[in-house]
This record gives sequence, C-alpha cells and structure tokens, in this order.
Amino acid sequence: MTEQPLLRLRDVEKRFGDFVALDGVSLTLRAGTVTCLVGPSGSGKSTLLRTVNLLERLDGGAVYLRGEMLGFTRSGDHRRPVPKKVARRQVVNFGMVFQSFNLIPQLTATENVALGPVEVLRVGRSEARHQAHELLTRVGLADRVDHYPAELSGGQQQRVAIARALAMKPSVLLFDEPTSALDAELVAEVLAVIKELAEEGFTMLIVTHELAFARDIADEVVMMEDGRIIESGPPQDILLNPTTERARRFFASVSH
Amino acid sequence: MSTHETLEPSAATGDETALHTLPIRDPKRLAHWLSYAVGAVVLVLAFRFVVLNPHWDWPTIGSWLFSRRVVSGLLNTILITVVSTAAGLVLGLVVAALRLSGFAVLRAMAAVYVWIIRATPGLVLILFVYFLAALMPTLSLGLPFADPFFEVPTNQVISQFSAAVIGLSAYLGAYSAEIFRGGVLSVHQGQFEASHSLGLSAWQTYTKVVGPQIIRVITPSLANEVVTMFKNTSLVSVIGYVELLTTVQLVYSQNFKTIPMLTVAVIWYLVLTSLAMLGQSRLEKRFGRGFNRRVVKSAVSADTVGQEERHD
Ligand SMILES: Nc1ncnc2c1ncn2[C@@H]1O[C@H](COP(=O)(O)OP(=O)(O)OP(=O)(O)O)[C@@H](O)[C@H]1O
Ligand SMILES: [Mg+2]
Repeated sequence: MTEQPLLRLRDVEKRFGDFVALDGVSLTLRAGTVTCLVGPSGSGKSTLLRTVNLLERLDGGAVYLRGEMLGFTRSGDHRRPVPKKVARRQVVNFGMVFQSFNLIPQLTATENVALGPVEVLRVGRSEARHQAHELLTRVGLADRVDHYPAELSGGQQQRVAIARALAMKPSVLLFDEPTSALDAELVAEVLAVIKELAEEGFTMLIVTHELAFARDIADEVVMMEDGRIIESGPPQDILLNPTTERARRFFASVSH
Repeated sequence: MSTHETLEPSAATGDETALHTLPIRDPKRLAHWLSYAVGAVVLVLAFRFVVLNPHWDWPTIGSWLFSRRVVSGLLNTILITVVSTAAGLVLGLVVAALRLSGFAVLRAMAAVYVWIIRATPGLVLILFVYFLAALMPTLSLGLPFADPFFEVPTNQVISQFSAAVIGLSAYLGAYSAEIFRGGVLSVHQGQFEASHSLGLSAWQTYTKVVGPQIIRVITPSLANEVVTMFKNTSLVSVIGYVELLTTVQLVYSQNFKTIPMLTVAVIWYLVLTSLAMLGQSRLEKRFGRGFNRRVVKSAVSADTVGQEERHD
C-alpha cells in the first residue's frame, strides 16, 4: 500500500535576480509527521517556507499538496500562475506562524483569531468568536482574549499567532523560527504549545535553531545549506551522527 | 571636606533604614510657577487687545457675523470645501493606487500628475481650469483621431463653481495621493504577509487589516490638507466665485470696515477649523485602537469572557 504524501516538493528552485536561494529542493511530508528544517543563516529555510505558502513564486520545480500542484496550472506546453482566487484557496491549507508574530495591532486576540474564519471561511461572527476563545484557551490564553497585541508579552503574542493559524483548520502548519524573537524564558511556553500540537497529530514543517527541541519532537530533520538539502533523516541520525563535515560543524556551533 | 561625608549621605538625611518608607513627591519647580505667570500675562494682554480694544469694533462684527450675505458666503465655502474634499480624496486614492500598481505606464502617469500639480500654485491651477475654453474650446469623449462619442462646448461645463471644484480637488488629489502612498509604505510588510497567509483578498486586506493602520498614521496630515482646503477656497475669489472671503471683501470695499469684516471671516474659519480638528481627534481615537494605552482587566475564566463584548 503506497500512501500519498501530504506535501511534496520536487526540485524547487527560487532565484532572486542572479542569486539562487533554492537550488533544487525535494522534500516529502507524510500526514501527521513533524519535519524540522535546520541550517545556517541564509541557507534558504525561510524562502522554502514562503515558497510553499505562495508568498514567493518559485522559478522551477513544483510543490504538491495531496497531489495538487500549488500556484500553477498546466496550459498546453507550459505552466502559468493560477488565478488569485485559486491561490487563496490553496494558501488556506497552510497555517503560517512568523518569527515576528505579525498580529494585527488594532484587533484583540479574539479578533485576530476570528478574522480568517469570518472573512475567508464565512463562519458566523459569534461562532467564530466562540471558536477563537476555545483556541486561545488551548494555547493557555483564556485570560487574555480581549487584550490587544501590544498588551501581550512576546510569548503570548506568538501563542495568539498559533491560535490564529489553527483557526483556519490548515492541513500543514508552517513555523518560521517561532521562538527566535523571544526572550529565553518565553521560549519554553511557545515550544510547549507546538509540542502539544505535534502530539495531537498535526503535520508541521518547522524552521528552528532549537536543536534539543527538534530532537524531541521531529520525525525527520532536514538540514539545508546554500539553497540545498545536505542531510535528512531521523533526528538521532542527523543530530548525533551527521555524515557531512559541514553538518557536524554546524551542529557543534549551534549547540554551544 | 571629608570623603567620609559624601560616602554616607544617610548621615545628612537621617536613619537610612527608614528611607524606604518616605513617600515620594515631585517638587514644584520655579519654572512650573513661572509658566502659570506667563500664561496669565498673555491672557490679560490678549483680552485687552481683542475684547477691550474699541478699534476692533465688536458691534459691527456682531451685526455682520450672521448676516444673510456672510452666511450665504459661508455656505458657499462649506459647499466647495465638502465637494472638493470628497472629490480630491477619491482622486488621491486612485492616484496613490496607480502609483503603487504593477503597471509601469500607470505609475508614470500618476507620478507626472503629482509632479505637475505640486509645481503649480493653486491660484494658477484654478485660473487654468476657469480659462480652459481658451486652450480647449470643446470637451469631447472618444479616441484620438476618431469622431468623438460626445462633445460639448467647454464654456458650458466650466462655471465658476465647477472650475473652483475641479481646481481644488485636482490640488488635493495630488497632495493626498502622496499622503495615502506614504501611509501604505508605513505598514509593516508582515501585515500583508499575515493577510496573505489567512487567504484574505486584496480588498479584505486593505479594509480589515492595513486600512485602519493607514488611516491612523495619515489622519494628522490629511486633516492638515482639509483645513488648508477651507482657506484655499478663498483662492477662487480670483474667478469671481463669491465665497466667505470674497463676501467680506465686497462688504468692506463699500463700508470700509476692513478689520471688523476680516474678523468676521476669521471667526468663521476658526469655527470650521475647530470642526475639522474635532473630526480629526475622533478619527485618531477610533483608529488608535490597540495603539493607545489603556488598562485591561484580565478576565478570570474563559467562559465569562466568552459572553463579554468590548465597548470602545
Ligand atoms: N527578497 C529577496 N531578495 C533578494 N534576496 C533574498 C530575498 N529573500 C531572501 N534572499 C536571500 O536568499 C537567501 C536565503 O534567505 P532565507 O531568508 O531563506 O535564509 P534563512 O535560511 O531563513 O536564514 P535565517 O536563518 O537567517 O533566517 C539569503 O542569502 C537572502 O539574502
Ligand atoms: Mg529565516
């Protein structure tokens, strides 16, 4: 029995002018698995996530979600971008959590979480608020539902952002260094929420520098350098016995 | 002088173990009292200059303030301001959208428009529009070098009123376009990315997410432009349109009460500007949501919070 992968990247290429940010990246995510993406700064981790989420348009290769090519459609002997409406429908399959939270400052925590469901999924206002409260409770913010982002700590803001991503009922959660903007003591509360989601079976692609965390929750760790994947496999193999000298040096540098 | 003393200031203030119990008070400084004195002096001088000064001729001002002529001039000023402001802001939105669009030709056209209008004094602009017939005897709608679908003599379209409105709204269109564009540029890129990730359309992104943030930052500059508009309406006196300032000028050319009549106009401009500023502060309050400081009471449990609505 061959199981269709949930998300599949095939030879994804992304250039910024002459600079090759993604150089033929292939990656497969099975449903219910957690993949951690590691690698030095500038290696293309964010670009990869942004390409999957259609924030960047790829220049070659393709991303498939449940077999459907994202962002493009076939037109005779070439591909062309899908209409915006289709792209928006595809994007909603991903819940993106940004390094800098990107909460909407004029909306309360509840309103931030309910915005997508109300505007995009056409959920009724009171139903959306109710769901938002449930999600905020789930990330430990039951007592902060009416706070504005500016009235929340960084860790609390990031948990609101996670609740906001969950509210769209995505198939895949994308995290781009979700704890890098946080003070050390706030990192744990955010990682705890992500770990809980992993245990509940969410499919996740997480860019992180927290190697201990990656070892703890990842089914697969993928290491990138210069726009390419240079190592991938189960965390104990990759993190403890990296095959390439480059990976060994990278892990040595991050874990201190 | 011994170093011993400076090392132990508590020796001068008493027992150091009790210091932490003393209440904290800000001293009233001399400058504080002086500021009151300055304020009082200015107030007295202003009162003497404005109210007690017989040359100001308050009875004349009082008799003209609500006179039919002045009020009708005032209404014309308000009419022109409201129509030109509305048209100018819409134009500004369109021009800003063009300047930020993905089409180089449209961006260039919008940039040239802004460039020319900014370079042209408002007075000249109004005169140009009013004397448009000299440049373009007929106005027509159609493609170049083809028979127009629609044609009228320019003089039928350009009245004093329409010339005033076209000139002033073209003016506000260019200036407000720059303000709108600056507002869009001030929004953090992450806001657009978050909206994209939620699957919001461009329209939803602008109305629900970035629009309110843009309004918040552009309100002061935009209010400035609107207040300027009240006074710019006086420019249209050059084409003989009778608004507030033209009205009082006509009156004092007959009764020679120049200062009282100008004061009548200034009083009305003060009233109009106050109204605009009131609108501004309401907008700032409304769109300061999430930015202005406030104290939130943390709710005790999630289910009590669920029923609560926000009031502000
Ligand atoms: N919009 C852009 N224009 C030009 N170059 C870009 C752009 N975005 C990213 N890059 C380049 O692509 C490369 C990969 O960037 P990316 O942000 O994906 O790195 P990263 O692996 O996420 O690094 P970090 O760990 O520092 O976040 C970098 O060299 C970066 O300078
Ligand atoms: Mg990055």
